[in-house]
Amino acid sequence: MRTRLYPLEDLDDIPGTKVFNAKRSRQAYHLHKFCMSLMQAGNREKFKADERAYLEGFGMTEEQIEAVLARDFNKLIELGGNIYFLVKLSNTDGWSTQRAVGSMTGMTADEYAAMMRAGGRPAKGNRSIREGN
Amino acid sequence: MARITAGIATSHVPAIGAAIDMGKTADEYWQPVFAGYEWVKEWVKDNTPDVVILCYNDHASAMMLDIVPTFAIGFAEEFAPADEGWGARPVPTVMGHPDLAGHIAEQLVIDEFDMTIMNHMDVDHGLTVPLSLVFGQVEEWPCKVIPLAVNVTQFPTPSANRCWQLGEAIRDAIKSYPEDLDVQVWGTGGMSHQLQGPRAGLINPDFDQNFLEKLANDPDDLRSITRLEFLRESGSEGIELIMWLIMRAALGYGVEELHRFYHVPASNTAVGHVVYQTREAMKAKEKAAAAA
Repeated sequence: MRTRLYPLEDLDDIPGTKVFNAKRSRQAYHLHKFCMSLMQAGNREKFKADERAYLEGFGMTEEQIEAVLARDFNKLIELGGNIYFLVKLSNTDGWSTQRAVGSMTGMTADEYAAMMRAGGRPAKGNRSIREGN
Repeated sequence: MARITAGIATSHVPAIGAAIDMGKTADEYWQPVFAGYEWVKEWVKDNTPDVVILCYNDHASAMMLDIVPTFAIGFAEEFAPADEGWGARPVPTVMGHPDLAGHIAEQLVIDEFDMTIMNHMDVDHGLTVPLSLVFGQVEEWPCKVIPLAVNVTQFPTPSANRCWQLGEAIRDAIKSYPEDLDVQVWGTGGMSHQLQGPRAGLINPDFDQNFLEKLANDPDDLRSITRLEFLRESGSEGIELIMWLIMRAALGYGVEELHRFYHVPASNTAVGHVVYQTREAMKAKEKAAAAA
């Protein structure tokens, strides 16, 4: 038998983190197709003109569509989304990456920006759900 | 014969690109970040390579999830800056070196790295921000660039040790290229950051500083960092540091660290930057100085 360096389940033991694996990638394939479509200016205009009508052309689940409409990035990540794709949506909205990322933390944009200026979220206390450290 | 003269590593933050493009580099927030790159901008004027092998990660710009290559190499003559949702960055088109890229791909596959060949790809901030940080705002980039994209997005990502081995193989491949070329290998991305979920904003300076220290002097220790440890300690996107190991291994043992910089924060991340010179380049310079 080969030696594994750690049990794969440990990837689920990191607080506030969803590891973007192949299963999640499959779950959010159509969501990500939508995000990629926003790389073209014409598509951004179509999306802005009628968001729901545009979203319904991609084969996403209703939950994913609603999370996009709500700009609920935590929900989108729970539904398989990956932030490298999702920022295409926040870029289309004219948000900074910091605002998009900060929106997932339960802080206001100002509170989040202040935390980053003060050195960011510490690793201590944020390493392991199981160990609580 | 081609030779590797130097290695550069740097973070690649989209907001850094925006700050450059919008003329905000002297702002109070950005000034300390850009101050860290003044040294390399001067140094590179006398040390411009013919080609840069630029190890970076695509941020869902050229590669959808239809195909997820672990390691991909750009074969095209040109790579256009990507539109990441706000229009393409106003930077020059990146000019490739298909002949050297082909040679490297052939050597790497012989060495049992299953490279994916990219005959067309747009390049996003992961590739263009490092070029801007080092070469500044220019009409055209001063050298050819071979993009080498590493999957750090969808698990399973390659291991630190695999990236190290790839760097060693790149070193051998470049050394066996018959044309007389100065080549630099760059590793981009990384330092601690997490861009997702309630833990977003994680910064671990101890982990980052230890990585920078060992990268210069004792890199073997870094080869055994697991993906799990990268994620736990440096945030879910901190795993981008594996691309720095490709650069480091390509340079071989015994490098001279010319410059090191670390700063927190830039947008959501810590920023790291190093410049190394190879022993081969050091010897060549000493020889030239003695002859003069």
